[in-house]
Amino acid sequence: MRRGDVGPAGGLLSAKMRTYGFIVSFLAIPLALYVVFVISPYIQAFYISLTNWKGISANPRYIGFENFGRLLDDEVFWAAVRHHGLLLLAMPLITIAIALFFSFLLNLGGGTGGGRLTGVWGARFYRVVYFFPQVLAVAVVGVLFQAIYRPDGTGVLNGLLAAVGLGPVGWLTDTGLALWAIMAVVVWQSVGFYVVLFSAGMSAIPRDVFEAAALDGAGRFRLFFSITLPLIWDTIQVGWVYLGIAAFDCFALVQVLSVDRGGPDNATTVLPLEIWRTAFTFSKFGYASAMGVALFFLTITFAALSLRVTRRERIEF
Amino acid sequence: MSNSAGTPREITRRQMLRRIGLTALFAGPAASVLSACATSGAGEPAPSATASGAATSAANPFGVKADAALEVVIFKGGLGDSYATDVHEPMYKKEFPKASVKHVATQQIAQTLQPRFASGDVPDFIANSGTDLMDMGALQSEGQLLDLTPLFDAPSPDDPSKTVKDTLIPGTVESGQVAGKPYILNYVASTYGLWYNAKLFQEKGWTPPKTFDEFKTLCETIKKAGITPYAYAGKNAAYYQYWMILITAAKVEGNQVLMDIDNLVDGVWNRDSVKQSAAAWAEIGKFMDKSYEGLIHTEVQTRQNQDKVALYPSGSWLENEQKSNTPDTFEYALTPTPSLTSADKMPFEAVRSAAGEPYIIPSKGKNTAGALEYARIMLSKEGAKGFTEKSGSLTVVVGAADGLSLSPGLKSVNDAVKAAGSNNVTYSSFENWYKELETELRKQTNSLMFGRISAEEFCANMQKKADSVKADSSITKQNRTV
Repeated sequence: MRRGDVGPAGGLLSAKMRTYGFIVSFLAIPLALYVVFVISPYIQAFYISLTNWKGISANPRYIGFENFGRLLDDEVFWAAVRHHGLLLLAMPLITIAIALFFSFLLNLGGGTGGGRLTGVWGARFYRVVYFFPQVLAVAVVGVLFQAIYRPDGTGVLNGLLAAVGLGPVGWLTDTGLALWAIMAVVVWQSVGFYVVLFSAGMSAIPRDVFEAAALDGAGRFRLFFSITLPLIWDTIQVGWVYLGIAAFDCFALVQVLSVDRGGPDNATTVLPLEIWRTAFTFSKFGYASAMGVALFFLTITFAALSLRVTRRERIEF
Repeated sequence: MSNSAGTPREITRRQMLRRIGLTALFAGPAASVLSACATSGAGEPAPSATASGAATSAANPFGVKADAALEVVIFKGGLGDSYATDVHEPMYKKEFPKASVKHVATQQIAQTLQPRFASGDVPDFIANSGTDLMDMGALQSEGQLLDLTPLFDAPSPDDPSKTVKDTLIPGTVESGQVAGKPYILNYVASTYGLWYNAKLFQEKGWTPPKTFDEFKTLCETIKKAGITPYAYAGKNAAYYQYWMILITAAKVEGNQVLMDIDNLVDGVWNRDSVKQSAAAWAEIGKFMDKSYEGLIHTEVQTRQNQDKVALYPSGSWLENEQKSNTPDTFEYALTPTPSLTSADKMPFEAVRSAAGEPYIIPSKGKNTAGALEYARIMLSKEGAKGFTEKSGSLTVVVGAADGLSLSPGLKSVNDAVKAAGSNNVTYSSFENWYKELETELRKQTNSLMFGRISAEEFCANMQKKADSVKADSSITKQNRTV
């Protein structure tokens, strides 16, 4: 019998017990799954990072912090960390800027129609279109952009460039351009989700606030920067953290799109890719786990910092 | 490769992929599953080969128990698995009618088998190939592989006066050595060189170059004809190109340089032979379009089939791999890499022919004697001939393909091997032994060939990596003498 069920003896259970039993019965399974599939691998990764495990034997040898010392002068590791830094700065900024712009247009950009602020014409249609990339699996997006970025005239972008007489651009083969090209794919895929997120935030703002401001003569810029932005700050903050965490991943896209997986010349490599390579190609599961632990702390630090830094007084309405 | 891998046709590149150990996308999450195995069970005690022992005899040199079950795991890639189900397994059943043979076909060897190795429940015989093969150096250092010396020393099924080793092309046993002992049976013979369209060359009056000077002149001519003279796929097949660089270095200095590279000899990458070879190939790289760095091997190979690329570096599997894309106007032919200097130690005709496609026997399998016998069946003339018929690839068994009619590409391979005679460029073992060095070599090869670094920098960067691998105590060091 499940805890919380009211059986023959149910009447004897206090009301409090019944309430808690009910809640526990709902939480137990997801919690157990979370512990088994998330927490326990994390703990094991911490342990494995202190060993020289090669992924085969059942008895890894404990070697202390040797793997972490190794990380310090691993130039590929630092290249990957630098790329995360760049992704962390640029990717959320660009995505949020574009998403805010679109969601503002979709919700309030149409000016006053019949005395009310509305979105641009066809807003509903656009909202669906923007969301499309989000529905695609990341592997599909990767394959799609292989064709878009193909380095010769048969690529979509280079085909267009060739039509206007410009030489082919090595989107993914130019060391200075490759990471940006991959970042553009991430942005393209995520914008739709944040448009929807920010739209929801904007529609929660009472219309009369905007209308009052509009009556007072505020233009669209003023409406956006003085009213909309402060009122959806909470939502933006959430988006920022999501995107920041996403910036620590990018494994699949780099794996599928980049030259020689992380190349050319380490120009696009990211930590998850190096972890994967170290574990499954170099058979150094211990060292790979050490990288994983480093990534774990980078992600946690980012999330804690960004929540602290962006904390503002909440505006009630 | 595995970004696009999965289609059987592409996996025909197993000969190279076996060396790389690439794993599929979902290998990432699988790490945590595997790690769960790591810190749990220690594995059950494994029965030894003698435990299954029946009496040994000339016909049954390993003492296979007649009713012992055998589990065979075959990588089902470009070679298919019909060579096992239709040829080798029936031959085994014929020899041991009471034994049951369990056949497992998979495209993901590591995902299928790594957990089984960790738990101790291993199959008896494995074709360890494809993008997701297991790291055999790691398996060996954990004591998971059976020493195949008894197999190679056993009497040949075709001629009891010879050992199995005597019936194989020279170097086969050595190519499968780890830590000085043969743990790997490399079954398929591959020959490496530059491929071209014989019909196109005939029509245009071009001849394959014998020296690098001729090579450059020919590249100029081909370029004027509006065709890319030379190309390889930088995105996923930089190793096709580093093979050529290494082969040229070996032609200049002799096979010793390749053995020294494998043995991590100090300063070997800075030797003149390597430097000259890198410089010469970098010159050829200038004829490549930059875009080829972003293409995968099938894209470049298809462009060659369309006569957009003239010469392409690859191995003898290429013709079979491209079969469905090759138009009637295209006829594959192989030419050896050009000579670099007049003082080269090896003649122009020298080619690299090497045994590839690794098969292994887990030391902790339940029927290791049966697995050895299965391998001996594969190495019989009948077994090898059946393999060539089913898979379209030549084996390491000498003369097993006699009487079979060969395709134009395979025929030109055969001719090249005959012309080379004893001038065989040796294989490279570091690709299996030191994956980090191999990964670095791909990276530096792309940088060199697409003009980002000079030959000197290429050599210096490679030497630096070789030094760091040598100094890394966590990497088990190997040694080769032949």
